[in-house]
Amino acid sequence: MRRQQVLYLWSNGSALDSATVGWAFHDGTDGTGPELPDSSPPYANGVAALRDGWMLLQSSQLTPPLPGEEHLNHYLEYEFVFERRIDT
Amino acid sequence: MAEFVANGFIRFDAIVPQEINERGIEEMRRLEVERFAPDGLKPPHTGTPLEECYPPPSAIGDYLRLPQIRGIIESFVGPNPTFDHDWTHHIRPHATYTQPLHVDAITDSSDPTFDVQLFWYPHDVAPGEGGTRFVPGSHLRRVRSSGLDRYQHIAGERQFAGPAGTVVVFHHGLWHAGQPNAGEGDRWMHKVRLNPTVPQVRLWNTEDLPALQNPPSDHIFARILPDSVAQILRTMHPWMSITDYRNEQVQRSKLWRYLTGDDTYDVDHYLTRLEGRAALVGA
Repeated sequence: MRRQQVLYLWSNGSALDSATVGWAFHDGTDGTGPELPDSSPPYANGVAALRDGWMLLQSSQLTPPLPGEEHLNHYLEYEFVFERRIDT
Repeated sequence: MAEFVANGFIRFDAIVPQEINERGIEEMRRLEVERFAPDGLKPPHTGTPLEECYPPPSAIGDYLRLPQIRGIIESFVGPNPTFDHDWTHHIRPHATYTQPLHVDAITDSSDPTFDVQLFWYPHDVAPGEGGTRFVPGSHLRRVRSSGLDRYQHIAGERQFAGPAGTVVVFHHGLWHAGQPNAGEGDRWMHKVRLNPTVPQVRLWNTEDLPALQNPPSDHIFARILPDSVAQILRTMHPWMSITDYRNEQVQRSKLWRYLTGDDTYDVDHYLTRLEGRAALVGA
């Protein structure tokens, strides 16, 4: 049976090779699939994740600031979502 | 104070005497059990002046009435703050629950006023034994609390560990979360949120401010005053993009203007540049 692992990486820039500043991992294999590298962060950037077999699902849109909110920060802006499918 | 503006928290190690810490654990235990029981120990009513909260005999009251704690409170929210709410955060030994990262209450309004939350740890907290996780520098962002659930790990985040009697003062907007307790003992912490009742302008000891307050011309790409407030407000946290960082400098400058009553204050010319050009329209 094939199961999905999902990896979120947040970067300090809009490029896939920008440095990772946040991450989250969700494991549809319930621990039977491969784990993340034992480093913090697990991947220095999104390209490193690609090289480890992750497939890019989505990257965040680049959105201009709303009028009046040009200097407000909110969520981490540059989000990349990856998956890999694991036969279990 | 500048470090509080840049980081969103400030920490005072072992500031509460051990005798009060020991009684505090017992009072937290009672408050946890009796808060919603028909009878027993209750928290103050929201809106109560702090000086009327936790009357003697109360270890929590004794802690909050310590001169050094009153000085801290007054520095941030003035001499007569009101009680917002409190909570006893109890994490049992070997508890595995990881609370999602969150910000308390609701998304902030745009004014620079703020509440403080005092986190009192009445016993030693070893690394990994339930100390609060928090993200330095996250306090001025405009987010919805549940939107932060997604962030399992953020570069530069910290987890509290420290000696008994440590108090950490949080800006109310700081992202934080409860953590598992891998230790053998109960992890107790009392959190109280306080609301200011006066403008938070120069409430702390500002004797050194004239020497440290940089002029608005202070610009990292031109000339700077060493050992100034601006140098502290330029703190860049590891999780920030360059845009985040510059926007944070703008938000910190606005907060510093409020705290000092100096409407011309600036770091790296961001506000001054825009305000100068805006004044040209229709001139």
